[in-house]
Amino acid sequence: MADSDHHADQSPHADRTHQALSVRDACVGYGPVRALRHVTLDVPEGAVVAVLGGNGAGKSTLLRALSRTLSFHGGALTSGTIRFAGRRVDGLRPERVVAAGISQVPEGRRVFARMTVADNLRAGALGSTGSRAAKAGALARVHELFPVLADRAGQRAGLLSGGEQQMLAVARALMAAPRLLLLDEPSLGLAPLMAARIADTIREINAQGTSVLLVEQNAALALRLASYAYVLDVGEVALEGPAAELAASDEVRRRYLGVVDETAAADATRALDTPPSLRRWEADR
Amino acid sequence: MSTFAELLLNGLSMGSVYALIALGFVVIFRATEVVNFAHASLLLAGGYLTASLHDDLGFWPALAVGVAGAAVVGAAVEFCVMRRYRGQDHSVLAIVTIGVDILLTTELTRRLGTDVLPLGDPWGDSVLTVGSVSIAHTRVAAFVTAALLIGLFLAAFRYTSWGVAMRAAAESPETAALMGVRLGRVSLGAWAVAGALAAVAALFLTVFPTPGLERATSLAALKAFPAAILGGLDSTTGALVGGLVVGVTESLATGYQSDLTFLGRGLGDLAPYLVMTAILLIRPAGLFGTKELARV
Ligand SMILES: Nc1ncnc2c1ncn2[C@@H]1O[C@H](COP(=O)(O)OP(=O)(O)OP(=O)(O)O)[C@@H](O)[C@H]1O
Ligand SMILES: [Mg+2]
Repeated sequence: MADSDHHADQSPHADRTHQALSVRDACVGYGPVRALRHVTLDVPEGAVVAVLGGNGAGKSTLLRALSRTLSFHGGALTSGTIRFAGRRVDGLRPERVVAAGISQVPEGRRVFARMTVADNLRAGALGSTGSRAAKAGALARVHELFPVLADRAGQRAGLLSGGEQQMLAVARALMAAPRLLLLDEPSLGLAPLMAARIADTIREINAQGTSVLLVEQNAALALRLASYAYVLDVGEVALEGPAAELAASDEVRRRYLGVVDETAAADATRALDTPPSLRRWEADR
Repeated sequence: MSTFAELLLNGLSMGSVYALIALGFVVIFRATEVVNFAHASLLLAGGYLTASLHDDLGFWPALAVGVAGAAVVGAAVEFCVMRRYRGQDHSVLAIVTIGVDILLTTELTRRLGTDVLPLGDPWGDSVLTVGSVSIAHTRVAAFVTAALLIGLFLAAFRYTSWGVAMRAAAESPETAALMGVRLGRVSLGAWAVAGALAAVAALFLTVFPTPGLERATSLAALKAFPAAILGGLDSTTGALVGGLVVGVTESLATGYQSDLTFLGRGLGDLAPYLVMTAILLIRPAGLFGTKELARV
């Protein structure tokens, strides 16, 4: 964008404006539940950035905060700022975020099951501000990435296989021609072969010029795709660094890559020796 | 045989009018998951506008104002009332619509008093006779208009961006918002369309052989409820079939009432509800409904 280039020339924080996305000190609460605490994160223009973390770490919450759909879950951004291409986006309505160039593939695919594949793709284009020709171009690009969606255009999305639904969910988000694509656990529930195909597609989408923020529990896959990664733990950024370094770090290897060393094995044995308190509590009743 | 044909044709015509009302009802339910009990008062508002303006403006302009007016009333109810309760439980919202209905109906019946207002339609009481079957022009006009409007609506629902947004929002509001759908607009549009359809229905509920617009007109509009429910609250096809089933049942039950006196009087009014109950016993989600009212 000409505008941001212009700023970049003069601003002392030139690198800040080169970030496609920058999240600063974001805190999110669902009523009294604090789900994110002072999260700071950047996605440089054209990069793939991964966010790792176990169940309940706050990964989906982060994406909801970016897409402004927290209110559907009774949550809100309580402090912090979110900028995209130098513009504040943390006060916008969801449709304005899409128009600004951020699209999300939500957790669990969420295709419109009762609508046809073609109509799902049309729905994806509803938030695009592009011309008719631009929309036709987006559809052609999506069909090129996922030829199976062209074959199944008239079929109800609910009848697609899990892998095909994931492709449709990604394709639907691409219909808005986003500059930043948010992906929430795209490999969830897919067989390894299908997960690898999705990974290839993400690489391809990124090569075509779309920045990607990839949320994953499958750390091995995410760290192969990403150049930089963050690890969320109970709502806080516990670790961050270049993906290659994180992949080599002991902590990530043990906790997210399933590499068991002696200490972890010892931990596990100790956990087995102490009976879980829940079971005792149930027995008392 | 010709009595049967006449009853059937009249029933289909009335049924198509009920279908118009039920369609608006279903559209609101799909877009917002709210059961709109204020529907009959929207209809009354549209009819009242047409009735009070046709002397000055002529029939067609008055009808246009009535349709637009009912759409505005519908949109205003959404904007001023329903929007304030967004995020509330759907049963709370349904009760809010009962409140709106009481308010609107009270005001309109106060204005109507005991009057019976003609709507100034051009068909009068003329009758079309083909062979031994005769049917009022108004009934033919009702059927043709309803069929056209319903066809137009279904095409828009299926092929336009408005329709895609509507269906997406109906299936999952949050995902639709992620696609850039403006949920507020979708719901506003649904209420406006429902109001407009109801105003057209008001015309055909009050033309010959009915004397005109009166307080009881809103009771006639209530027959669209069993129509929508037996078709399945979230199905547009269901609204059409439900409307026709109610219209035909009512017409036949009224026509053959004298043969059925052992069942007591007023069977015509009761029959649609009996059919609805019977259908719901077999298919709790209605004929074409995909989900029951309380969905997870
Ligand atoms: N609607 C809600 N109301 C209250 N708390 C919520 C709500 N949604 C999420 N939370 C809480 O916020 C925290 C983060 O949840 P989130 O869904 O973001 O986790 P996640 O990292 O996406 O987990 P997963 O990998 O299981 O999808 C969790 O502790 C969760 O219980
Ligand atoms: Mg999640």
